Amino acid sequence: MQTSVIEVSHLYKDYQTAAGPFPVLKDVNLRIDSGDYVAIMGPSGSGKSTFMNILGCLDKPSKGQYVLDGHPVANMEDNAVAGVRNKTIGFVFQGFNLLSRSSLLDNVALPLVYSGIDKVERHQRAKVLLEKVGLGKHIHSRPNQISGGQQQRVAIARALVNNPRLILADEPTGNLDSVTSEEIMALFGDLNQEGITIVLVTHETDIAEHAKRQVRFLDGKIVQDTASGAANSSDIQETHHV
Amino acid sequence: MFSAMLGEAWHAMGANRLRTFLTMLGMVIGVGAVVLMMAIGQGAEASVKRSINAMGSNLFVVLSGPPNMGGARSATGNAPSLNVRDADAITELDGVLAVAAVTMGKAQIVFGSNNWNTDIIGTTPGYFDVRSWDLSDGYTFSDSDIRSATRVALIGKTVADNIFGEDINPIGKTIRIQQSPFVVLGVLNSKGQTLDGRDQDDTIIVPLTTAQRKLFGNQLPGSVRQIIVQAESDKAMAMVEEGLNGLLNQRHNIREGADSDFSVRNLTAIANSAAETTRTMSLLLGAIASVSLLVGGIGIMNIMLVSVTERTREIGIRMAIGARQRDILLQFLLEAIVISIVGCLIGIGIGVAGAILVSTFTQAEVIISTDSMLIAFSVAASIGVFFGFYPARKAAKLNPIDALRYQ
Repeated sequence: MQTSVIEVSHLYKDYQTAAGPFPVLKDVNLRIDSGDYVAIMGPSGSGKSTFMNILGCLDKPSKGQYVLDGHPVANMEDNAVAGVRNKTIGFVFQGFNLLSRSSLLDNVALPLVYSGIDKVERHQRAKVLLEKVGLGKHIHSRPNQISGGQQQRVAIARALVNNPRLILADEPTGNLDSVTSEEIMALFGDLNQEGITIVLVTHETDIAEHAKRQVRFLDGKIVQDTASGAANSSDIQETHHV
Repeated sequence: MFSAMLGEAWHAMGANRLRTFLTMLGMVIGVGAVVLMMAIGQGAEASVKRSINAMGSNLFVVLSGPPNMGGARSATGNAPSLNVRDADAITELDGVLAVAAVTMGKAQIVFGSNNWNTDIIGTTPGYFDVRSWDLSDGYTFSDSDIRSATRVALIGKTVADNIFGEDINPIGKTIRIQQSPFVVLGVLNSKGQTLDGRDQDDTIIVPLTTAQRKLFGNQLPGSVRQIIVQAESDKAMAMVEEGLNGLLNQRHNIREGADSDFSVRNLTAIANSAAETTRTMSLLLGAIASVSLLVGGIGIMNIMLVSVTERTREIGIRMAIGARQRDILLQFLLEAIVISIVGCLIGIGIGVAGAILVSTFTQAEVIISTDSMLIAFSVAASIGVFFGFYPARKAAKLNPIDALRYQ
């Protein structure tokens, strides 16, 4: 039996608007096991980004349970949630979101600052990861001195620096050309091979096909899950991993 | 972690140098003004204090008069109502430390081809104690000089400079005061100016009896213009004043309720009020300078608010990768504190330089105290914390999703 990294049950999210609460997520149930590679798809307004924000502990559900790596995080207080974002999750964004004033080394090492790790070890670990993503020669460059694909590699290195259980990638290839996109997706594939769980939001089918499992959102609900018809059927996922 | 944040604060300041500089300028001017004003204020206070000390402490002056001639009263000190026997009697009063009887006038003095017009003070040896006035050279006259009314003189620095010049040692030389020859026994220490700007060194001191008998003459034998009385201590002042009035009224046969023919003046009270005035002035200067510090602080707050808005996205990124609210708070707070402290250090430099300039160009006394720098420094640091806190808290309270989406 696989251990689950993400377990979401009966999740609701309403946005408060002038016209009253507007439901964005309606009773979402999803289980993602350790080592899985899931693509979340859906058109704009389907709720996939909101769902992603909740998975990343950037937003809180209005109702429902979210268990991340064995810890219920839906009602955690802010500092503890910051710790979860720091240690359990690695974020990769569409817009890379690197700090433009800092060197690549400092960018990658930044999460470790908030873990209270000393400077020597911070730089050591950041350097190892930059080498791993093929940017070992550029560690003192600034983000604006390298290409978009390279910037995304830096962002991936930053996401990995604290050895997270889970990588959350929000349209990671949205700003990249198709060749670079393939390179980035290959990198994600390698990371998944190493055992890191990856959840990817995209609206491009060919990108989603790199994942082992596709989950499709529409109007705040999961309408399709290639792992199963039901939301949590682990035996089907077992076969999926073979 | 703290050092990493300090480094980031430094970087952030470097990212927009002109803006950081302008923000700092408010602090620089504020602190500079405080340091400069305190230097000038303390300098003024010190020079007043020195004038007071030069005058002597715990002093009363008993003046004769005012004379009353057919109902018209003239200036005090003109009627010869005090005499040396009054001074001797005062010596016996409780709480009196020293007494000096003084008579004075102006006279022309001559040495060789130089001449000079100056104040002549005839007094007793006690005068040097009550005025705490020492000699820079030579020796003073004694009681025997008083008894025999010898023609000896002690000259002030200004007089010495004017009739002897630098090359001649005045000691033992004979000068002429109103045609009479006087031997110079000593030169008085420089006392500088009084509070009202008179030159205290432009004077000659001779034995009281010599002045009375040989220089100015006397309507009544032994009469003096004033008697200077020094009390033992600050606390004894009231007692001595009462004693003086009682004693002199009795000696002069003044009935109760009638006008006295003398007046007692408390010099220390006058001097203290002058000191109080300068203290108030330096306090006022400090207050005005503090206003500019406050304005500098508001400038920091303003820029930090702009900076938080500009860097909303950065804050979002930091939160997404695990920064807690207090990490963000600390980051922006540190930035504000670093700006104010660096500004403060530059301000101290400028304030000190300004104070030195002021003292070289105006000859005004300035005192640059480490106290004033420490005060300015701690005030600046508190201003950084105080005015940096609100923007920093605003940054820390941002919602990470909104911050990440911010363009």
